[in-house]
Amino acid sequence: MFPLTLLARLGRATMAALASIGRVMLFSVSTFSHMLRPPFYPREFLIALLQVGWLSLPVVGLTAVFTGGALALQIYSGGARFNAEAVVPQIVAIGMVRELGPVLAGLMIAARVTSSIAAEIATMKVTEQIDALVTLSTHPMKYLVAPRVLAALLTVPALVAVGDIIGIAGGYVVSTQSLGFNPAAYLKNTVNFLELRDIISSLAKGAAFGTIAALMGCYYGMNSGRGAQGVGRATKGSVEAAAVLILAANFALTGVFFSL
Amino acid sequence: MIRLENVHKSFGSNQVLRGLTLEIPKGTSMVIIGGSGTGKSVALKSVLGLIQPDHGKIYVDGKPAEQGDRDAFLARFGMLFQGAALFDSLPVWQNVAFRLLRGSLKRPKDEAREIAIDKLRRVGLKADVADRLPAELSGGMQKRVGLARAIAADPEIIFFDEPTTGLDPIMSGVINDLIREIVVEMGATAMTITHDMTSVRAIADNVAMLHEGVIKWTGPVADMDASGDPYVAQFISGSAEGPIEAVR
Repeated sequence: MFPLTLLARLGRATMAALASIGRVMLFSVSTFSHMLRPPFYPREFLIALLQVGWLSLPVVGLTAVFTGGALALQIYSGGARFNAEAVVPQIVAIGMVRELGPVLAGLMIAARVTSSIAAEIATMKVTEQIDALVTLSTHPMKYLVAPRVLAALLTVPALVAVGDIIGIAGGYVVSTQSLGFNPAAYLKNTVNFLELRDIISSLAKGAAFGTIAALMGCYYGMNSGRGAQGVGRATKGSVEAAAVLILAANFALTGVFFSL
Repeated sequence: MIRLENVHKSFGSNQVLRGLTLEIPKGTSMVIIGGSGTGKSVALKSVLGLIQPDHGKIYVDGKPAEQGDRDAFLARFGMLFQGAALFDSLPVWQNVAFRLLRGSLKRPKDEAREIAIDKLRRVGLKADVADRLPAELSGGMQKRVGLARAIAADPEIIFFDEPTTGLDPIMSGVINDLIREIVVEMGATAMTITHDMTSVRAIADNVAMLHEGVIKWTGPVADMDASGDPYVAQFISGSAEGPIEAVR
């Protein structure tokens, strides 16, 4: 009896997980489909650009500058164990551009933007504003979801690019001010070492992470439960899902770029 | 004009509508009364397509509600939500003119604003409210803005979901009078759901008593007190004794 019960539970959990994945996939397909078909809502898109891109810049920039500085210190002290302190500029550059820049920007966007989108849309659902949109002949997917996802898809790569530069600058400041690196040599090593594919990989990851972050916020918001508890659960669930999916997507994309 | 035929709707194991049949003639005001959780809002949202019935048919002007152009269908309706459901991020006038700023009924911005201010005046609000945000208004003012939004595009059919819930008696009276005036003035077909018997008497031409997902009694408001229906009698008297269980 016991193994059968266990198997049944496992089966139910697997079916539930697959159903969730299916719902998210259908939601994503529907979002992209609405993104391509009129009517379009340029005002909502511009507001989303501001919210997702411009207003996220301080948090992404601060995260990047501290991470770049800490990375420089770690690489210097680690490299010193086998007389490789000189590789700091190259490793900071590649570490920031290929991995830390996009991942940290993605996680910061998940914390800041995903939670805000989920809470806003869930509150709109709870207060019947989404029903009101429908009665006013406005499709919520077109008015609420498509502009936010498109804005994240376009602005997060830009945020990642800025974060990469600021992170490298953080490493540069620490290396030249505390570790005795020559400023001109540091910059030359950084520029010479980075390749176009590193930058492309960084921007592609940014686009993927931004899309994931906005999609999760919208999905959980649109499917929120009732009341304050429903809004809270939607917000928490969206950030958890976005963070895990961003890290999983990072692994998958790194694998893809590694094999190219 | 609106006909619901044997409509069923369940949420999980909870059977909310169990064969609802109701007809609302054109140009009349139907008020659906009934206790909490009896399916009044579900019935109203089913007509608008916000909720899909599991079974049964809904007709508007003899045509199935789910067929035809959805935008054109919704353009015939206005709805006042229980909590007004105003969009927090938009100023009052843009809430009122929402439908007039986009979609098939789009007008130039200045014209839409003028119409919004005119509708705000119609519901007793001054023009200076137009540029305020919904959060800056009292509950009664928000309801009136919701009412202005519902009538902004001069709809043929207007739905009112608990129009006086949460308002003081004076503001409830103001809203009831406004609803009655607007419905008569516009010649619109109205469907209202409420628990408030004062609203029923002020708004209704006809009344329907909904209990356990079916209509127990329907008739002209003038006949309501003498209906002889035990559900209606208990609801009017507000008594705990009767066929409607007090603990649900």
